Amino acid sequence: MAQRLQRRLDGVSWVDLILAALRIIIIVLIVVGAFNTLTSGKYTASTWVSLTISGLAQGSIYALIALGYTLVYGILLMINFAHGEVFMAGAFTAVFFAEWFDNIGFLNSSPIPAIFILILIAAAVSTAVAVLLERIAYRPLRGAPRLVPLITAIGASFFLQYTFRGFYGSGFKSYPTVDALGGVIEVGGISIPVVQIFVFVSALVLMAGLYWLVEKSKMGKSMRAVSEDKEVAALMGINIDRVIVFTFAVGGALAGAAGVINGLYRPQGVNFFMGFIPGIKAFTAAVLGGIGSVPGAMLGGLFLGVIESIGPNLVLEGLGIDGANQLKDAIAFTMLVLILIFRPQGILGERLSEKKA
Amino acid sequence: MDKPKQIIDLRYLLKMGLLAGIIAGYTAVIGMITVFDNRQLIAGVLTLGQILLVAAPLGFGYFVAHKAKGDHSAGKIIGNGAIIGILASIPSMLIILIGANTGIRQMFVNISPDLIAILTFGQENIYVGMILLAVLMVVAGVLGSALRLVPDLYRRAIVMGLAWTLGVGLMSELIILIIRPLLGRGFIRIFFSNGSLKPFAALIIFFVAAGFYLLWQNKGDVVKDGYANLSKGQRTTVRRGGMGFGTIVLLLLPWILGTFLSEVIDNVGLYILMGLGLNIAVGLAGLLDLGYVTNFAVGAYITGILTSTGAFGTLEMSFWFVIPIAILSAMCTGFLFALPVLRMRGDYLAIATLGFGEIVRVLALSDWLAPIIGGPQGILDIPKPELFGFAFAKPEHLYYIILAACLLMLFVSLRLNNSRTGRKWMAVREDEDVAAAMGIDTTLSKLLAFTLSAASGGLAGAIFAAKLGTIFPQSFSLLVSINVLSIIIVGGMGSIPGIVLGALLLIGMPELLREFAEYRLLLYGALLIVVMLLRPEGLWPSAVRRRELHDAMDEGMDLGVPHSEVVSHGQTITNAPRMD
Repeated sequence: MAQRLQRRLDGVSWVDLILAALRIIIIVLIVVGAFNTLTSGKYTASTWVSLTISGLAQGSIYALIALGYTLVYGILLMINFAHGEVFMAGAFTAVFFAEWFDNIGFLNSSPIPAIFILILIAAAVSTAVAVLLERIAYRPLRGAPRLVPLITAIGASFFLQYTFRGFYGSGFKSYPTVDALGGVIEVGGISIPVVQIFVFVSALVLMAGLYWLVEKSKMGKSMRAVSEDKEVAALMGINIDRVIVFTFAVGGALAGAAGVINGLYRPQGVNFFMGFIPGIKAFTAAVLGGIGSVPGAMLGGLFLGVIESIGPNLVLEGLGIDGANQLKDAIAFTMLVLILIFRPQGILGERLSEKKA
Repeated sequence: MDKPKQIIDLRYLLKMGLLAGIIAGYTAVIGMITVFDNRQLIAGVLTLGQILLVAAPLGFGYFVAHKAKGDHSAGKIIGNGAIIGILASIPSMLIILIGANTGIRQMFVNISPDLIAILTFGQENIYVGMILLAVLMVVAGVLGSALRLVPDLYRRAIVMGLAWTLGVGLMSELIILIIRPLLGRGFIRIFFSNGSLKPFAALIIFFVAAGFYLLWQNKGDVVKDGYANLSKGQRTTVRRGGMGFGTIVLLLLPWILGTFLSEVIDNVGLYILMGLGLNIAVGLAGLLDLGYVTNFAVGAYITGILTSTGAFGTLEMSFWFVIPIAILSAMCTGFLFALPVLRMRGDYLAIATLGFGEIVRVLALSDWLAPIIGGPQGILDIPKPELFGFAFAKPEHLYYIILAACLLMLFVSLRLNNSRTGRKWMAVREDEDVAAAMGIDTTLSKLLAFTLSAASGGLAGAIFAAKLGTIFPQSFSLLVSINVLSIIIVGGMGSIPGIVLGALLLIGMPELLREFAEYRLLLYGALLIVVMLLRPEGLWPSAVRRRELHDAMDEGMDLGVPHSEVVSHGQTITNAPRMD
């Protein structure tokens, strides 16, 4: 017995020990913080439920964007660093139309068709950007050493940001408020804002559509085949290029739709830089759920949304950190780093090779 | 690698022409042409905006003629150029029409009356302007194709002449700034007016440059033979003389350049320092560190806290004592941040380091840490370095500190490049599994790479804090990391002259030319993409990198598989690159 233990310990390096210590510290911090907050009785149960629901709403938006990352990764094994800008392109373009619709009264007289058209516009723009991105920046580099497409993606990200700044200016715009989405619904003593229900439901509809596409349609089958093994899929007669373009297009469309939905949920802050942080958060969500896995991206998004919503109040306040809500972004980034360190395959993913540089 | 010959038919011309037009139109819609139009290259005659406008049809005309050479008659080639020109003008003409007649400016803010005026050459009647534009683009296309037809020698001479003329025109303000104290205002006024070249001066420069080129081509061999015929001793003397001259120039540079330019060179120098540091992680060890700004921030904040005489300063130490502390702190940070990412693959490593960078930035801005490091208000009253009572107050003085730091880092880099540690890093970069199999402790190697690269970031941060006198968390964003990364990538990964070149181009140019500063990140992004597509080893690469990247890409792209698989089957085992 002692021998087996000894052999087990031999395989452990000092780096592993440090990481194990880090794990323990983090878990302790979380538990202590949560304990403090909950025992202090500062927040009621209904507050937590409200926070969770708004977390689910925000999380479903992250999920839609995360799907774009995960689909591209599944097929090309690359991180489309510029996907946040694909999101921004749709959101930033549609806001002009949203303003116009509001000015002519269309938005509030017939909100459902208006929102539907906005989503179409945003999806179209985002799809176009995604497809162009693939064609110009990624396709020529398909066999290249891994560092090269990553740098190209970073370059593309900046290029797109400043292109849209050149197009639409550097000012901030806001989505108009839609009356139909205002107000709250009472469920079991908890008031849920209508807009959150709208966000969650529309995201769900889109994700269901994607699920149908990937599982039941012929193109979906091709996508799954290509992500399984590219060369063999080509041998089976699948047009790889077309599948890849389609994948980018689908990811783009979802991101564009997410742009409008996000704009209706949180109208402020539409500008050329708005894609950066949601992009990183969505990537975190994708990795959290297991990159390459579609249900993983959905789960990861929701999970991240809830954690982001509850985290500051639950853990950080309990640890005595003031102004905890400022650090909301830091929570997402910390989650990202922690996932990458401790469980890079995410919740649902397969174990990825750690070694390849 | 034989690519099939491009068939130049109408469809191809259509594609190329419209592509040229879209590029020209794009530069118009994002407002680049409007901004560039403010910079005159040749007084009253040519602005940078106009050059940008015709650059696309000119370039594409040349490119298509290049593809067609030998197959088509001269007349046909020129005709192709004209077709490209006409097609290229279509998107711009659409912009004029839409801009003049609709309210599109509410969405596309840069389709302004100014833009329309530029595109129509100030004509009252926009239709006349549109015709002028079309004619101009056709001429550009024709000139581009015609250039390809000129015999090689003269063509290169023409290009050389044009490059010099436009270059001098572009840098007129800079040149005036340097020459005025030396040769006086009168001299300047002969050649320049309004901060740009006078037309006849432009012509002179063109002919002198082209002429010199032709002369060198014809008679240059005399000089080269002469040099080859020198004895070894004489050649060493020439080389030593050259190095001596270079050293004198380097030491006197701030006094030649003046205050404004010294400030520019100081910033370039700081980025060279950081570039040399990041080069250790990215260029040598292949670890894409997007969180480099954390080292910079730690160095700056430590310096701030320890030297400041203001509210957040603690010990009010001397700058010189703080430098080693700042470097050590940065190295600790580098070490700590490296520990968790040791096991990660390339892209994940990049994102994780990016995450670290962002966490640090958010923390620096937060109210939580504000009592210690100042929050958004930052740390003020950081004194300039002092030595025996002399304060390094002006940019000219700080130049020498920065120069010393760069030389130190240069020395360290050169020694590392050629050392065992350096070779270990290159082995790890190429294929970690094989390196481990060869007995290299990859963990220690990577940690060492991160820690050493952090050191130079800390040093740069310390100098930065002293130079500015105040530090704000806003200065420590992802953009700094991206700047440093771009310098390394564009200049040449792993190549030291490349880093200097990259810093001069990417940091120096925007400081000197406001127009480029306005579109700085757009150009960075485009440059990163273009460099990766065309020349991933950078502008001035080390020989090893060029071989690695081009061989790998050719091999990998034929198979369409990721590089890692190619490497394990082909290169490292049978074809190990020479370590030079």
